[in-house]
Amino acid sequence: MQKHRFILFTLLAILLVALFAIDMMVGAVGISASEVWAAITGGECDPIKAKIIIDVRLMKAMVAILAGAALAVSGLQMQTLFRNPLAGPYVLGVSSGASLGVAIFILGAPLLGVASSPMLSSLGVAGAAWIGSAAVLALVAAVSRRIKDIMVILILGMMIGSAVSAIVQILQYMSNEEALKSFVVWTMGSLGDVTTTQLWLVAPAVIAGLTIAVAVIKPMNLMLLGESYARTMGLNIRRTRSLILLSTTLLAGTVTAFCGPVGFIGLAIPHLSRIIFQDADHRTLLPASMLTGAVALLLCDIVSKLLTLPVNTVTALLGIPIVVWVVIRNKNIV
Amino acid sequence: MIRFKDLTLGYGSRTLIESLTAEVKRGELTALVGRNGTGKSTLLRAIVGLGERQKGDILLGDKSIDSLSTAELATTVAFVTTDKVRIANLRCRDVVALGRAPYTNWIGRMQSGDEQIVMHSLEIVGMESYADKTMDRMSDGECQRIMIARALAQQTPIILLDEPTAFLDMPNRYELCTLLRRLAHQEQKCILFSTHELDIALALCDSIALIAPPQLHLLPTAEMVSSGHIERLFTSGIVNFDPATRSVSIK
Repeated sequence: MQKHRFILFTLLAILLVALFAIDMMVGAVGISASEVWAAITGGECDPIKAKIIIDVRLMKAMVAILAGAALAVSGLQMQTLFRNPLAGPYVLGVSSGASLGVAIFILGAPLLGVASSPMLSSLGVAGAAWIGSAAVLALVAAVSRRIKDIMVILILGMMIGSAVSAIVQILQYMSNEEALKSFVVWTMGSLGDVTTTQLWLVAPAVIAGLTIAVAVIKPMNLMLLGESYARTMGLNIRRTRSLILLSTTLLAGTVTAFCGPVGFIGLAIPHLSRIIFQDADHRTLLPASMLTGAVALLLCDIVSKLLTLPVNTVTALLGIPIVVWVVIRNKNIV
Repeated sequence: MIRFKDLTLGYGSRTLIESLTAEVKRGELTALVGRNGTGKSTLLRAIVGLGERQKGDILLGDKSIDSLSTAELATTVAFVTTDKVRIANLRCRDVVALGRAPYTNWIGRMQSGDEQIVMHSLEIVGMESYADKTMDRMSDGECQRIMIARALAQQTPIILLDEPTAFLDMPNRYELCTLLRRLAHQEQKCILFSTHELDIALALCDSIALIAPPQLHLLPTAEMVSSGHIERLFTSGIVNFDPATRSVSIK
């Protein structure tokens, strides 16, 4: 068992490195492996290509790894917390909440005439996304404490999503062209829009979220058996809930703020990890989801570059079959 | 072992149990019987610290549950609920290992002693050959036994079970209650379980706690049979309890 798990982790890590390398080579301009190596190690290389590698592709690949790991872990936490196999940041409306926050900031700030520096506006976007996702999470958490029905929670998530898009449309209608354009571009979701300044915000926030996630591994294992069992085995449920909600907000909120709403990674990847590792223990599932999430988003990025599609559409096409499979397998959940 | 002192339970303005003073003893198997909605689960949940009480106190050993931290409670009383745990990929061994949670470190690392306790708990309930099976591929009776093994791994002097015999077939019900009786007698545990199986309770339990709202009567089984409480509670227009044969018949 132990050995089996070690082999799987090693294979995933190798896959991650391989996809990372391929991601460097693929794009509007094809760059060979030796040139990529030269650019990164500072060897002899065409300066334009070196610039593309360092400034664009390396950045984008790092963002893909961070975002993939973050979304997968937030999905895993939500599935455990809500004891719902169909929970995920996108499905439960957490990404929508973040979108609303960002919409209010991007579309609303110009209306109020707030001047902004790059760092300040990045911080504003992040803060708005955190507040938005935290508000939705708190609402879903409050409702799910009283109503145990999985379908009610999912419908609630959908309704939040619809309500948010309605409000966003009103904001769009009222906004000027420039703000509108920057918002529409944001909604398309892109891993490449993150600037170096923003990476200094994304990386610490995601790492903080992941650190909290590691700290609640044992509580999450206890919560597999449900709240009553968890409490009688000595778990401080209130503290655990708060930590999980904080971690999910940091992870899903931050990624949504800077990459736009990236769908289905959070929902599908934890299931993919369960299938690969045949385990329910979070000591295995947490690192497994992080690795699988990073691998999946790198893969999506490569595909999106090859076909010149927004990364959103690729994650949806990749994630939806897994989601459908989960729905069918859990057809007796209601 | 479990002492109720002037305990009043209920929710909202509804009182379920009023001014209860009684003691559930160590080394005994006690059944909690009563009609639907009379507060059996509420009482059990109050003892493990999951529920509110309106008045009075509950003592475990000689300490009030208010003075015990969540962690101390977890090493004093284990609870088997009616929740169905059917999680894919979750192995029986891992479920029972969760019972060691009050004793393991922040990430739940199992020492060799913990592993031994897990296997021993599985042996006691006769499920050692199921250790690597997953919870979604087992029958109700098997799942119930695993949850009891988990409670045993928690190594608490008190074990409470909420309707452990529901969903089980007839031989399984008797086997399960015989197992609980053996645990109470051999391991000197204090075991209290709620049930609707009056015949099993009368045949296998040392004491019976009977809720006749708003009172709870706690008596040794023989005294309970002759006390007349059972007839008063369970006799209705169509069924009748006969203390001589300890059986229920249709009028």
